[in-house]
Amino acid sequence: MVWAERHRGRLAALAIAAVVIAVGVPLWWKTTETYRAWLPVAQINELAQLQLQLSVEVEVVFSKGTLTAEHQKKIPPSNTRQEEHVVDETTRLRYRYETRYRTATIMEEDALNQSTAAEADISLHMLSESPSGSVVIYVVPESSTVLPEGVSVYVGQRRTALLRAGGQMRVAVALKEVLASLETWIKQVLQVMSFSHGDITAALSDRVRPGDRSREGLADSMRAFKSSPGYEITFSLLNPDPTSHLLHWDVEAAISSYIQPLLSKMAPVANFSIDSQILYYAVLGVNPRYDPTLNAYTLNADSLSHVINPVEARLGSSAASSNPVLNFLLYVPDSRHSPLHITDHRRHTVPSNAFSSPRWGGIMVYNVNASGTELPVDVHIDMRRVMGVFLPQLRLMLGVQSAAPPPGFLIGPCGNAGLADWELDRLMWTRSVENVATATTTITSLAQLLDQIGNIVINDNIAEQVSSAVASLQLAVGQLEVGNLGLAMQYSKEAILQSERAFFDPSLLHLLYFPDDQKFAIYIPLFLPMCVPILLSLLKMASEVRQRPGQGQAKKD
Amino acid sequence: MNVAETVFIDNVPTTETDASPPSVTEQKADEADHVLDTMQTQDFPPPSTAKDQFQEELVIKPLHSGDIYASFQFRTQWDTDFLLGSKVSHYRLFPKSLGQVISKFSVRELHISFTQGYWRTMQWGQPFLPSPPGAELWVWFQDTVTDVDLAWKELTNVLSGIFCASLNFIDSTNTVQPSASFKPLGVGNVTDQRFLRYAVLPREIVCTENLTPWKKLLPCGSKAGLAVLMKSEKLFHSSFHSQALHIRPVCKCKSTSWELRQTLNVVFDLHTSGQGKREWSLFKMFSRTLTEACPLASSSKVYVDITDNPQGELFELSPATPLVSQAVVLGDGRTYSVYDLTDHATFGQTHSLNVLLRWRAAESGEMLRPLLHGERYVAGYGLQTGEIHTLVYNNHPYRAFPVLLLDTVPWYLRLYIHTLTVTSKGRDNKPSYIHYQPSKDRLQPHLLEMLIQLPPNSVTEVTVQFERALLKWTEYTPDPNHGFYVGSSVISALVPSVVAMDTNNTQERPLFSSFFPCKEESTYFMRIYTEPLLVNLPTPDFSMPYNVICLTCTVVAVGYGSLYNLLTRTFQVEEPSQGLAKRLANIIRRLRGVPLLT
Repeated sequence: MVWAERHRGRLAALAIAAVVIAVGVPLWWKTTETYRAWLPVAQINELAQLQLQLSVEVEVVFSKGTLTAEHQKKIPPSNTRQEEHVVDETTRLRYRYETRYRTATIMEEDALNQSTAAEADISLHMLSESPSGSVVIYVVPESSTVLPEGVSVYVGQRRTALLRAGGQMRVAVALKEVLASLETWIKQVLQVMSFSHGDITAALSDRVRPGDRSREGLADSMRAFKSSPGYEITFSLLNPDPTSHLLHWDVEAAISSYIQPLLSKMAPVANFSIDSQILYYAVLGVNPRYDPTLNAYTLNADSLSHVINPVEARLGSSAASSNPVLNFLLYVPDSRHSPLHITDHRRHTVPSNAFSSPRWGGIMVYNVNASGTELPVDVHIDMRRVMGVFLPQLRLMLGVQSAAPPPGFLIGPCGNAGLADWELDRLMWTRSVENVATATTTITSLAQLLDQIGNIVINDNIAEQVSSAVASLQLAVGQLEVGNLGLAMQYSKEAILQSERAFFDPSLLHLLYFPDDQKFAIYIPLFLPMCVPILLSLLKMASEVRQRPGQGQAKKD
Repeated sequence: MNVAETVFIDNVPTTETDASPPSVTEQKADEADHVLDTMQTQDFPPPSTAKDQFQEELVIKPLHSGDIYASFQFRTQWDTDFLLGSKVSHYRLFPKSLGQVISKFSVRELHISFTQGYWRTMQWGQPFLPSPPGAELWVWFQDTVTDVDLAWKELTNVLSGIFCASLNFIDSTNTVQPSASFKPLGVGNVTDQRFLRYAVLPREIVCTENLTPWKKLLPCGSKAGLAVLMKSEKLFHSSFHSQALHIRPVCKCKSTSWELRQTLNVVFDLHTSGQGKREWSLFKMFSRTLTEACPLASSSKVYVDITDNPQGELFELSPATPLVSQAVVLGDGRTYSVYDLTDHATFGQTHSLNVLLRWRAAESGEMLRPLLHGERYVAGYGLQTGEIHTLVYNNHPYRAFPVLLLDTVPWYLRLYIHTLTVTSKGRDNKPSYIHYQPSKDRLQPHLLEMLIQLPPNSVTEVTVQFERALLKWTEYTPDPNHGFYVGSSVISALVPSVVAMDTNNTQERPLFSSFFPCKEESTYFMRIYTEPLLVNLPTPDFSMPYNVICLTCTVVAVGYGSLYNLLTRTFQVEEPSQGLAKRLANIIRRLRGVPLLT
């Protein structure tokens, strides 16, 4: 009787403990859980180990007189060369050059018989259009007069280059040797026209620490703006003294004739919007020093770093978008501080009278000699001169590198747009690699952050954005692998946009943050009185169970 | 409803949709206007080739209370169209940041004001440009905008960045679409309220961080011209400060042009700023004097209101100026002394202009009572219900006129619209047009618009009862015991002109011209704002949630504990132990050797 009663009590205690564990704990867990949508973690980790393959299609066209008939028969249709680089433990690069060989058609022969390289380049382009990212190299005989004396490679406006065949081609040597000697030249041509390993590692600077890069290369890469899907370009005319100068600038016409062609050519890389403004009573932050030898005021290169800040407060940030802003300021010094010259570190005046600030823009000082006549003086600004300074600065800021060509190279004029096709390709290679690198770091750091802080709510739309960013990234990497530069650029831009949107989504900020002490302060009044009896009765039962075998033995004895 | 609509359209000219006759448009556009436009005909700048022009002016008006009212207006006009296909992106005088906002969000009209203090109509008369305390923003979007709510949300965020103000707190709970009170002030024919958004933040504090970006929008900044007077420590040491910005398309008759008007109104107090002396000067008000006009301005003028002082009997104005201009402002003929800053002679030999007003008499005459005036208060006791009273005064001796009353009440004051009563002179006054949009909790506020006919010389009282809602504990503002603000009511009206009322006026005019009241001057548009309300809501003790948690947990724990005990305790019959007496008896018995008791 007593035993049965005790047994019932024990069962009841066990049942309650079971209910608490089976129902209470999951219920508590479920109700206090934060919503976390599924993220493609495996794919993100895959992207963290970035293996990029860049494929370039090269077409080598032999013109008449560069190959013997025998060689022409034996010439292989194509040849693939690969280079592998390990940048660091998480990033590997592989360059794949697919070279196709063929002989020139009659039309191409005609085109190559033009008198100058530039003409030949234009007429060759009329014949065929090569897709972006590819390079066509025409091998011309050594005796050809198309190339000027002493020039062995001519890089044209489009994606073509003319290469003078080496001397040994006439001699009957093995085809292999002929191709091998060509190969060294082709390598150089490709480094100029598509990309070099240095450019690509510079573009990866988001992922790779710039440990072993040269100072100059670093400075070069820091001058250009980071890759962004859009840029705002603002031209500002600073008039510090409207009482003495009445400035007129026909910026609209100047932009449409000088800047717009470049930007419309660069449209696949980014969207650009241009505006201009005139700021009155805007002064530089530094007082120029009077130099009696020049009879002019000078701004030393050392003090230029202080010029921008006070002006910047007036420029006004772009209200309509969050794209980076490139500022180009034209400063017309007031009559009391005029003429004003910028001097370099050796105290020589800079001929362009302009300077640029990395990732910010450029400033040009435009001197006006308005003496005598009644104030204010009407001044019409020579926009040709101004744009002649701003255009190269703009090219620099946008990352169009104009590296010095290796010896023996001649770079053709870049045409009306101010940008040759191959320069655009070069930019697109580095930009798409940079975009991929930035997007992968953004996505991986977002995944890490979400992994580390368990309290962040991950909504479905975030997960969706992350997934689509990952998908675009994979597409971009795939297109780079195939050598489809245009599509790769487009996907990489999408990837960067989506990854940033996911990273900066405001819903991630709604972190449900409860410090542990407060959590316990709320849990203790309920959990303590509930758990203590259960635990005690469980302990008591355990001790009874432990004692019972002892009792049983005692009875047997 | 239909009838009501027509009544209303007959009465308020701002609803006119045709923009073709330029004179009508001009008059319509200058509804809340200044001296600026009425003066334009006589000293318009010579036509220049520039497509944009800038004008600046300052009006100083001595008030009857002894305070002084200074009103700055800066107008930038640009003959361009932001909304045509070609992108406008080359700015000269017009600020770039605002131009970008207009073209990005397809804004048709934008009116924003930041006000600190309340305009005391009964003491000070009418302001040139009325504005409610706090921040007010109303925007007309182009009819090409598909998602107006999204554009509005982004626009408020961008504007809050531009003006360093908390306009980002504007959301659907304080945004309304008034059907009649806010009509476009510029040219154009869109009057569909779907493209209008109106919001007031009565709690917004206005200070220097709002003034600095506002000044930066001026072409001359605060470096030259009238803007040098805007020293923030003086401007904010005043009883009323209001800065506003109005963008609208105006008619240049051949093409549209855009007008940006920046206004700053400030009232300096006789006692705190003026040390109790009735003597005002530019230096005393702003601690600066004027030395030059903004070189970019085509006109730059200082006006001093001398209407009550034709012969200088009331106050003395120095330096004297020969220029006098007359204008009809807010239905009243006013006379102004004008200082033209573009003229070098204005500055005299000291090269600076310090306008000085020195009173001769200690008292400054009787002020004409404002014809229209509004007041508002909350009545009732306790924290459950209350009543909003709005009083609208028509002080015109014999003319009745209609007014449009707009009330926006947050959702947490639940209006009982069936208790709405409108009484004038003790009799029920039925509004001829009522537009009521009920609130949705946490989504939209109440919107109440009424067209009420005000009998002459009367007070019209509008009352409506409300119940206070309980908020969720995260919805309370940081200082909930301070109370919750309810934005000002807006009263828009066509007020009969004082000029038409004034019989003396006939003496100055030829008799044949003055028998019938002249149409232009017979009425004028006016908008006045009542006080914002401060309403207390039932406010909990904010440690309450924790207390509640603790209390309920304890109750649950006690109940659970006893239940647990009941279920798990084992009950067994216990042998009753021997009583104390029995035990003692047994001890004694043992000692005596007698058999023990059982």
